[in-house]
Amino acid sequence: MHNVEKNNPQRIIRSIDEVDAGLGAAGYIASRQISTAVYIAHHLKKPILVEGPAGVGKTELAKSVASWLTLPLIRMQCYEGLDESKALYEWKYGKQLLYTQILRDKVGMLIGDADDLATALERLHAFGDVFFSKNFLEARPLLRALEQPYGAVLLIDEIDKSDQEFEAFLLEILSDYQVSIPEIGSITATVPPIVVLTSNSTRDLGDALKRRCLHLHIGFPNEKLEARIIASRVPDIDARLLAQLVAFVQQLRGLELKKLPSVSESIDWARVMMLMHASVLAEDMVRDTLNVLLKFESDIEAAAKRIADFTRKAQQAVAINR
Amino acid sequence: MSAPRPTPTAPIRAAASEPLRRFLQVARGAGLRVSAAEGIDAARAVDLVGFSDRTLLKDTLGLVLAKTADEKLLYDETFELYFERDEFAAANDPETKPRPEAQDMRRGAPDGLQEMGGPDGQSLSELLESGERAALAMAMEIAARESGIEKIRYFTQKNRYARQILEHMGLHELERQMAALRQRGTPDAAARAQFLDERVERLWDAVRDFVERSLLLFARGETEQLHERLLKSARLENIDRGQHERMRVLVRRMAKRLATRYAVKRRRSQRGQLDVRRTLRRNMGWGGIPFITAWRRKRIDKPRVMVLCDVSGSVAWVSQFLLMFIYALTEVLSDIRSFAYSGSLIEVSDILEKQPIDEAIVRVMAAMGFGSSNYGAALADFEEGWMEHVTNKTTVIILGDARGNSTDPRADIVDRVAQRAKRIIWLNPEPRSAWGTGDSDIHRYAPYCSLVRVCSTLNDLERVITDLLEEAA
Repeated sequence: MHNVEKNNPQRIIRSIDEVDAGLGAAGYIASRQISTAVYIAHHLKKPILVEGPAGVGKTELAKSVASWLTLPLIRMQCYEGLDESKALYEWKYGKQLLYTQILRDKVGMLIGDADDLATALERLHAFGDVFFSKNFLEARPLLRALEQPYGAVLLIDEIDKSDQEFEAFLLEILSDYQVSIPEIGSITATVPPIVVLTSNSTRDLGDALKRRCLHLHIGFPNEKLEARIIASRVPDIDARLLAQLVAFVQQLRGLELKKLPSVSESIDWARVMMLMHASVLAEDMVRDTLNVLLKFESDIEAAAKRIADFTRKAQQAVAINR
Repeated sequence: MSAPRPTPTAPIRAAASEPLRRFLQVARGAGLRVSAAEGIDAARAVDLVGFSDRTLLKDTLGLVLAKTADEKLLYDETFELYFERDEFAAANDPETKPRPEAQDMRRGAPDGLQEMGGPDGQSLSELLESGERAALAMAMEIAARESGIEKIRYFTQKNRYARQILEHMGLHELERQMAALRQRGTPDAAARAQFLDERVERLWDAVRDFVERSLLLFARGETEQLHERLLKSARLENIDRGQHERMRVLVRRMAKRLATRYAVKRRRSQRGQLDVRRTLRRNMGWGGIPFITAWRRKRIDKPRVMVLCDVSGSVAWVSQFLLMFIYALTEVLSDIRSFAYSGSLIEVSDILEKQPIDEAIVRVMAAMGFGSSNYGAALADFEEGWMEHVTNKTTVIILGDARGNSTDPRADIVDRVAQRAKRIIWLNPEPRSAWGTGDSDIHRYAPYCSLVRVCSTLNDLERVITDLLEEAA
């Protein structure tokens, strides 16, 4: 199903440089810390908990790891009220009920010639739990991740949005890569998936969960790294414009804003600049496109005063070697 | 891909090497919570990456040990401090040489003072004369380990440890030598003694400095914890202004903990359980064949809170922290309305909601605070203006010492509030022994309250608020 190396379904990553190169090939420019985290997680068989501001590439990391290792990416978006029936498995109640109705006659035939209740019951028991077998089990993301024959990348997105109970429920999966389904027994992963959890820290996660994870904090990248990231996403961009654009965004992050522009915003901005055929950063153009970077009216107002100043400084930025 | 490598499934030697073990101890001392399991993970991770690359080591251990942004900062600092301090020991690869010097020394120690001095078997006097700082620092490091410096916890222990370190470095022998030199009486010997004397003086300073740094490194978490424990149990009115910033941080943290604990309890629609009755009813139309399933649900209300705070005199301090606490809990409470009173009563919800809490409280205090109390008048104000907003879901919290300067207590109003509200919690900052003495009317109000509590420390506050949330959950 996937072009996984033959006879070796479980690929072994041999060095951090390999991670660097692999993620790079998948279009993800990773800082050394990120590569280290992936490397350690792979060898220690531990999930990575990624925290950081929105738009710095937390989710992207999981996607890139999956595409690099050619593993299926299974994504589970968390939200308040998410529970195991949506995350792990659910019985196909409808199907169960329907089947009982359809099979009513069959059941009737089966126990029709029984003399008394006890015999009838016995016959029914002989069929065991037909209605609670895997045929009636609807696998949700977590179960699917465990059942992948060659492993998978399991992305549990925005875990902080889920309830605390759900977090507790994740513990078994995260530490042993297995789940218990009361009617069937426990299911263990054939190949442990690489698990990436992301969090925007809207609430504190429990200690038990944190203890089971490697904790990776992705902050805003520095100038050099950001330029490399944008260059990989917007390959046609002019080197000088890129340097100026990055310098501008970096200055903007020094302001006190409600929401600081993130990497994803800088990429968008770079794309906008490309569309406008810009080759250098010009003040009026910055003014017109500022809403790509900043998402709040009050932020735009606050930044507007500094645009001239920032643009002037940014224009002095020299192209960074790409 | 086919290279025979230790597969990850193979059991990895998880014996924490000596330097790592020491670092973990330091990390715990600094306030990082490192469990045994995390220690093992750290060891496995270090097995993978080795000690040689400092940045890599830092990143790796950081992944395993630091679990929040705060802890990351603390970790970075600790890591730098530790390896800066330990640089002489680390210089000759700590992994391959697990402190052989120290062990040799212990064996040869009793009177082999020659070996006592330094790594090359120099005596302390030789070391001092040579003035080699690296060698001296090394000797200090070894002596410090000998005297168990990592157990230092309080600043009062500084001198004791400094003394011990010097003794381990061979101070006794040196003093004997110096005494001998002085007795000889020749100008040459006297000069030498003088010289050594100066050097020893300098060494003392260096050792004290070293101990000081070690204290910072090993005991920061501990002192911080001690301090917090003290603050939490101190009477709020006794805490001086210098500590207020720290108190605010504490309150915020306590509130946050409570909030996360109770946030999830509300509005939990419990899916996963079939509601048989509703399922049957809903499917009547299909002759009882259940196509549509219905699920059990459960709904938990957030408590509605009205807080009446006395802002006069000494009670004001407690009010301040109660308000701070309540407003830090907005996620788990709904409809918080707050009132400040002394001689009369005003609503302060607006001020508290629109401004940063610290500033708001200062403004409330300025507007109302520090007058003389009149409970009767304040309660009458409340009845007139806001009684209609009290519903059977409201919890009314009154904070005050119930000392109305011998004015009419108007306990009848409290009675009427109690009839409308879900309950009344009265918090009194005075110790129980003072209740009912002098002009205290607390015993007149008490019959109408569902709970009357002493509340004068942060711990008290936390307990009260936990009760409040517990009741609602």
